[in-house]
Amino acid sequence: MTARVGVVTFPGSLDDGDAARAVRIAGAEPVRLWHGDPDLHGVDAVVLPGGFSYGDYLRCGAIARFAPVMGSIVDAARGGLPVLGICNGFQILCEAHLLPGALTRNQHLHFRNRDQVLRIEAVGTAWTNAFQPGQEVLIPVKNGEGCYVADPATLDRLEAEGRVVARYVGGNPNGSQRDIAAITNEAGNVVGIMPHPEHAVEALTGPSLDGLGFFTSVLKHLVGAPA
Amino acid sequence: MPRVVVDVMLKPEILDPQGQAVANALPRLGVSDVASVRIGRRIEIEFTGEPDLDRAREIADKLLANPVIEDFTVHLVEADETADARS
Repeated sequence: MTARVGVVTFPGSLDDGDAARAVRIAGAEPVRLWHGDPDLHGVDAVVLPGGFSYGDYLRCGAIARFAPVMGSIVDAARGGLPVLGICNGFQILCEAHLLPGALTRNQHLHFRNRDQVLRIEAVGTAWTNAFQPGQEVLIPVKNGEGCYVADPATLDRLEAEGRVVARYVGGNPNGSQRDIAAITNEAGNVVGIMPHPEHAVEALTGPSLDGLGFFTSVLKHLVGAPA
Repeated sequence: MPRVVVDVMLKPEILDPQGQAVANALPRLGVSDVASVRIGRRIEIEFTGEPDLDRAREIADKLLANPVIEDFTVHLVEADETADARS
């Protein structure tokens, strides 16, 4: 049976269309979820896409966290549902306390939009099991508030537990502490990533096809997961 | 009607690039005696009934501030005081 992967649309989401396409190209069925509807429609995994949910008012992700759909996603994620937060989605996952730390204004205050090399360091997560440890991938980054910060104890714990999923290589685009581009929760089912794997799934529009691995990973994970 | 004012500031150990940008612009105004600038957020809350500081603290902790990177303080002001602050 084809896996069904939900893609949430918040007011202000931008990359929900690309995320749904990436899901389809990876071989799964994308299911559009609406911020105001707490029903997850029986999906097997969820992607929180990039954009500027609720205009990024107050703080990025701060208001989206209280959207009706997020209550269901937080509960389901605690029960093991794979959730991938990309860019604004990563910010929402931090605001919802599914991931530690926070994303703040880029240190140099400039919006950064470029193709970025990442090193994948954790391949045991639901979203990165298709990669080799240490594999370098090329994925677009585009953010104004992508500087990952956490207190030193949290950073040390992330490193010690192998929860730094990806790091920036060849230049840190936003000042993130310890070059962190992506992290995961303790269980490995929730991943937040600042760059955009959904923009690197087709030769026509992306700098590589490297982003596809995130979406094929979750399918592999779902096949292995108990029903 | 008194209002509750919530002041939200980045924690001291969190870099404030906006504040730095402002501080770096000050010499262009001829100001050379400012050591640092930090930027925060002031939120005024008006309750339908009596102002409730505990409720305001709850709102600040859950939504207005992100305790991972920010601290907040809560205090009451009279309505005319807020008007003064705006003028």
